[in-house]
Amino acid sequence: MSESIQQSDLVLSPTSFKPLVKEDSEQGISRPSLSYWQDAWRRLKENTRAIVSLYIILGLLAFTVLGPQIWGASGATSDVDQISKAPFANRAATIVEPFEPWDQSKVTASNNGLQLDGDPTTQAVRLVWEPMAASTNGYRIYRNIYPTGPERALGLPLGEVFPSQGTYFEDRLDLSPTYYYYTVVALGDKSRETQEFQSHEFDVTRVITADEAVEKNLIESSSDVAVGDEVMLAWHPLGTDYLGRDMLARLMEGAQVSLFIGIVAPLIYVLIGILYGSTAGFIGGPLDQGMMRFADFVVALPFLLFMIVFKIAFGVESGESGVLPMLIAMVVLLWPATARLVRGQILQIREEGYIDASRLLGAKSSYLIGRHMIPNTMGVILVTLTFAVPSAIFTEAFLSFIGMGVAPPTPSWGSMCNEGLKTMNSTPHELIFPAVLISVTVLAFNMLGDGLRDALDARMRSRE
Amino acid sequence: MWIYAGRRVIQGIITVWFIATATFVAMHSVPGDPLLSDKAMTAEIRANLAAKYGLDKPVFPDQYMTYIGNMLQGDFGISFTQQNREVNDIIREHFPVSAALGILAVLFAALGGILWGALTALYRNKLPDIIIMFLVILGISVPSFVFAALGQLGLVGLNSWAGQTVLPVAGWGTVSHMLVPALVLGLSTMAFLTRLMRSSMLEIVNSDFVRTAKAKGLPPTRIFLKHQLRNAVLPVITVLGPAIAAITTGGFVVELVFAIPGLGRYFVEAVQQSDYTVIMGTTVFYGAFLVFMVILVDLVYGLIDPRVSVE
Repeated sequence: MSESIQQSDLVLSPTSFKPLVKEDSEQGISRPSLSYWQDAWRRLKENTRAIVSLYIILGLLAFTVLGPQIWGASGATSDVDQISKAPFANRAATIVEPFEPWDQSKVTASNNGLQLDGDPTTQAVRLVWEPMAASTNGYRIYRNIYPTGPERALGLPLGEVFPSQGTYFEDRLDLSPTYYYYTVVALGDKSRETQEFQSHEFDVTRVITADEAVEKNLIESSSDVAVGDEVMLAWHPLGTDYLGRDMLARLMEGAQVSLFIGIVAPLIYVLIGILYGSTAGFIGGPLDQGMMRFADFVVALPFLLFMIVFKIAFGVESGESGVLPMLIAMVVLLWPATARLVRGQILQIREEGYIDASRLLGAKSSYLIGRHMIPNTMGVILVTLTFAVPSAIFTEAFLSFIGMGVAPPTPSWGSMCNEGLKTMNSTPHELIFPAVLISVTVLAFNMLGDGLRDALDARMRSRE
Repeated sequence: MWIYAGRRVIQGIITVWFIATATFVAMHSVPGDPLLSDKAMTAEIRANLAAKYGLDKPVFPDQYMTYIGNMLQGDFGISFTQQNREVNDIIREHFPVSAALGILAVLFAALGGILWGALTALYRNKLPDIIIMFLVILGISVPSFVFAALGQLGLVGLNSWAGQTVLPVAGWGTVSHMLVPALVLGLSTMAFLTRLMRSSMLEIVNSDFVRTAKAKGLPPTRIFLKHQLRNAVLPVITVLGPAIAAITTGGFVVELVFAIPGLGRYFVEAVQQSDYTVIMGTTVFYGAFLVFMVILVDLVYGLIDPRVSVE
């Protein structure tokens, strides 16, 4: 093609040229300029994980702040009828007559091992058994919540029956609506247990008298129900703990402690760190050296050990929750990390060209700090803050777990885990719920932190 | 190098002194006094006891100087709650247990972290990467006491499934007692190291010298071992110091849950019983240990990586 245009063919004259007209439309190609924060927000919105985390965090905040308003139950009152109940446990109770003493003269003697007189209820379990030949000194009665098994694990000794008292026993000891395995062992010479025994299992049903139901606010008045009707005990959507306290209410109250420490402590110490670090970085010289040496020493202190030592030093008076000492200890020990970071940033920014330019135009120090230095370090600070929250929550949980955190009865997720751990085999929900909440919170803040770092870090941007 | 090492050691000594002083001040600001016990005592007995333990002297400088002086001679005093038991004996008896557990945990964490991290980088955005990174997120977000509880539950399940004791659920004595607690203890550090190793490995995979090695036609295993792994491991070593600190303090929980007679559990018990001499002694001991561990790791790093100038 280029061959076809011969040089001699190209005749140029002034009329071949005309000035280019400046068109406005060419300017329109560029998109509207975005500020740093608008751009960061746009990038964050593209990060699904970060946005999901953000919603989770908002949800957790709502759970903490609005939750107790909606779910009116208090985490401090215990429901003695429902101790260590899993979520969705049966909470029906049958209305019965008030307790009457047992008239044993009306009972027909057993001719078929261990039997019951009447129904087994949480009001009373009345046992009748066949006389045993080996019994010269009466009987001993045992109750277990597990099957007796070949090793004859009899369980809890309930009491002894003397020969004069016949073959009757009434169990009213802390009965729960569950399966009980009763064993009656004949006592021989010197009240020693013999090999002769009778055992049976009974499914105990939960009962309540009409007056008790009124007392517990389950029904309006005792005339509303008749014997044999069913009433529902108080509803605990996430079950109850080992003292019968509502898990949901306690988790909400625990969230107030855990999230309060998790968010407020980092806010305070990051603020202190910003002030300390920017002062040292901006002034520089021997003051900077001295300030940073001091920060170095605080950094070198073993953190958790000193949290514990500080907690002891502050002491917790009775009736205090112990949240404030933990907060102070955390602030005292953790500010240097941010101070170092901010100082490093300030030192770096101080050498930038635009600072020189600004200074050349007559900017004062206060203007430089307020207009250039702090806004330019905000991204790093925000990321630090987001990552500081999960570690603060972990620290609170750790301290509460070893018994050095909030003082009972104030709940926190960590102390609830500690309590739940003791019974994790029989009632796992007491451990699972607080543990899951801690994990989800920590995970959400970590992911949000990752997203923020990606969105705010200029180096990451150029790499893509 | 030696000047740098010397300066770091002097700094470390000052830090330990700072730790000792801060602990001393903190312990003396605790409300109540050490002679406050359940038993009522007459004023004379009190005075005698105070004189015996030097509590009648002013806190500063006398008690403080005695404390620092004794500490310099390696004497941390006697326990408040266990009669006639020296804090030194307690440390000597229980620290080896914690150390053995800690070393195994660090080993687990470091080896696991390096291996998993390298794997995720090699299989970037493929299934192994996704699975491992999911587990890493889990490892970072779940508190150590939950892992400890799950570990113990798992052991119970394993033993009842096998019908015999495969691994003991709690206690101390043999290697089999150590395995699961050490794994639990190292888990969060392992997750952290995996993440670090992954990003460091990703940088190496795309570097020029790896491309050159490939262009030369070196076998992939050789490139992986000699070029990639060796260079990617370096950043992992720098965080081993803080990792050891994290594992030591994490030991408190694991020792508590698995009933291991280590110093960490002892420390927690001392804290709960307000055994002040034991708390002070253990804090200073642990503090000194951690401070010098970090210094040691930094110095070793300078030796391993010739590019790092420690001056």
